[in-house]
Amino acid sequence: MAHSAFVRDGLIAPKPPPMTEVGAIGWMRANLFSGWLNSILTLASVAGTVFVFYELLPWMFQSSWTANSVAECRAAIAGAHGDGVNGACWAVIRERYLQLLYGFYPANMYWRPNLTFVLMLVALSPILFPNLPRKMLWFSAVYPFLGYFLLWGGTIWLPISILLGFVVGYFLIALNSARMGLLFGVISGAAGTVIYWIYIASWFAQVAHDLIPIGLTEVESARFGGFMLSTIIGVTGISCSLPIGIMLALGRKSDLLIVKSICVGFIEFIRGVPLITLLFVASTLLNIFLPPGTNFDLILRVVIMVTLFASAYLAEVVRGGLAALPTGQFEAADSLGLDYWKSMRLIVLPQALKISIPGIVSTFIGLYKDTTLVSIIGLLDPVGLTTSIRADSAWNGIVWELYAFVAAVFFVFCFSMSRYSMHLERRLQTDHN
Amino acid sequence: MREVANANRKSAPGTSDSGQLAVAISGMNKWFGAFHVLRDIDLTVREGERIVICGPSGSGKSTLIRCINRLEEHQEGTILVQGIELSSDLKNIDRIRSDVGMCFQHFNLFPHLSIIENCTLAPIWVRKVPRSEAEETAMYFLEKVKIPEQALKYPGQLSGGQQQRVAIARSLCMRPKIMLFDEPTSALDPEMIKEVLDTMIELADDGMTMLCVTHEMGFARQVADRVIFMDEGQIVEENVPSEFFGNPQNDRTKLFLSQILGH
Ligand SMILES: Nc1ncnc2c1ncn2[C@@H]1O[C@H](COP(=O)(O)OP(=O)(O)OP(=O)(O)O)[C@@H](O)[C@H]1O
Ligand SMILES: [Mg+2]
Repeated sequence: MAHSAFVRDGLIAPKPPPMTEVGAIGWMRANLFSGWLNSILTLASVAGTVFVFYELLPWMFQSSWTANSVAECRAAIAGAHGDGVNGACWAVIRERYLQLLYGFYPANMYWRPNLTFVLMLVALSPILFPNLPRKMLWFSAVYPFLGYFLLWGGTIWLPISILLGFVVGYFLIALNSARMGLLFGVISGAAGTVIYWIYIASWFAQVAHDLIPIGLTEVESARFGGFMLSTIIGVTGISCSLPIGIMLALGRKSDLLIVKSICVGFIEFIRGVPLITLLFVASTLLNIFLPPGTNFDLILRVVIMVTLFASAYLAEVVRGGLAALPTGQFEAADSLGLDYWKSMRLIVLPQALKISIPGIVSTFIGLYKDTTLVSIIGLLDPVGLTTSIRADSAWNGIVWELYAFVAAVFFVFCFSMSRYSMHLERRLQTDHN
Repeated sequence: MREVANANRKSAPGTSDSGQLAVAISGMNKWFGAFHVLRDIDLTVREGERIVICGPSGSGKSTLIRCINRLEEHQEGTILVQGIELSSDLKNIDRIRSDVGMCFQHFNLFPHLSIIENCTLAPIWVRKVPRSEAEETAMYFLEKVKIPEQALKYPGQLSGGQQQRVAIARSLCMRPKIMLFDEPTSALDPEMIKEVLDTMIELADDGMTMLCVTHEMGFARQVADRVIFMDEGQIVEENVPSEFFGNPQNDRTKLFLSQILGH
């Protein structure tokens, strides 16, 4: 027994690891050839990738950018690369990309959607990146009205007059809650705003416009199309559906029976109905229910339907996040004396939304891609436009080039959303860094 | 040793001057569905008093102290905290909660906020204290629990004992009149238990009114003015520590003490 005792009297110095464990070789061994199954998969994937590129690259690059019709295009490719070469006819994109981007928006006014898009990036940036100055949020708040004015045109007094509704509401709340309590103040503020919007806003805009006529040429909704339309519907839908979805999720978890039943009913109904059905309701049935003579813009109706649709899904995603939160968090917030809304805003939602980021972004991406469904009710989304371009006799027979372009643009948008969400997840990670 | 507060066993509620009473519970009953968890609880805690509650698992200790800040709702009887009655009036509940601090077995720090933000959140949003002042207070209490250097870290980066001390500091930042502890050390390793208990002892020496559910009998002996033993939802025995440990009356108490002190 005594002989098995052992005492080390110096420490072993670290030695470099063997060649097979580090560097490129080590990495390949560990990741690509760690066993026979992995090796087979690696070789098969390499072969598959090579094959796809071998077929695809010549098609992409032995192409024509200059032709004015399919026939010219084929001839040009045959002339340049030899008979029987199958090349892409990118000329169609060159000729029609403006249409794919803007639909039938008047060409001399393209600066308006362009400016709207740039301003959208400015308005989004303080929301997406919190280290930017908080004052920029004021611009984000005004942006929807500015964007509407730039895109649709008309008198500037209409969006201003609608914005004034919030000022009216604010003053009513401030005045009445001081005199008659917060609840009454909020109710009177909301009611006052709605009454103002319905009865006074358009009259005010009219009067103001007669006095000081400032405005842009009006562009009707029927001329909107392409990625501009997708982006309008997508971005409005995304920014409106998140707050609605959160409220629905909170409502579904509420103790108030009526609130809870309304939320559950709404969520289950919307989730049980295909989006196309809702879009048809928006385009045809809604007219029957609205008072005759109301001119309710089709794009607006579609935006509302898409928003409701996405918010039902978001509500369930957020509810998943709420359910994942330990009850201890709710209790700790309660025990500190935070009321319901404060504990939701400061403690519960920041954590629940963080958990739900992947699901939320999936829903957003789905929503953005679903905007192509509006072609069914006659709006000119990018996919719908490809059909009308192909119907043109000059471009009859073109298929892949158009779809490839549309797919590529959608990919850029969706992939950026996905990357942003990964960045957000990393930024919000607080457990071990 | 500290002078033991004069015996006020079973002081009938309402008889004493309510300005002196931190908590007054009388005839309180609570059910979870059909299950009668708390039965006819009468308990008064005077300001500055330190109470330790012990008892076997499932006896209703947690439920009792959670009723005091309305994390659980009682169905019968009255609970007065600082003279305010707990009813379904939300205003009263929030007022009481901001005056009653609570520490949980699993700390329940807010993982998405840094330590200092954990400590300043409630003062800023509930008490409407300016941020700079709230941060000063937070640093004062973080120093008191001896971890000011961790202020900018996140809860996930701290050890269990440090997290529990932050939780205590977070409660103290609200300048509570009463502190509730629900087994604050039972999720901790032995060497961390001591640092948390030291913090609690210091708090007791400062004269805080405390109700602690704990099985740390050394702490009970040293700090408590009264020890309460609960079983099956009832207060079975209640006495000053020396009597409670030296001369327990009830058979269940004797059994419990022999089990908990026996090894
Ligand atoms: N939300 C609840 N719903 C139903 N029953 C509950 C609930 N919370 C606790 N109980 C039951 O009430 C009884 C008392 O629970 P309580 O948590 O107060 O016990 P405890 O004395 O704190 O026990 P421990 O020492 O294990 O923490 C237990 O039997 C428990 O199962
Ligand atoms: Mg317990």
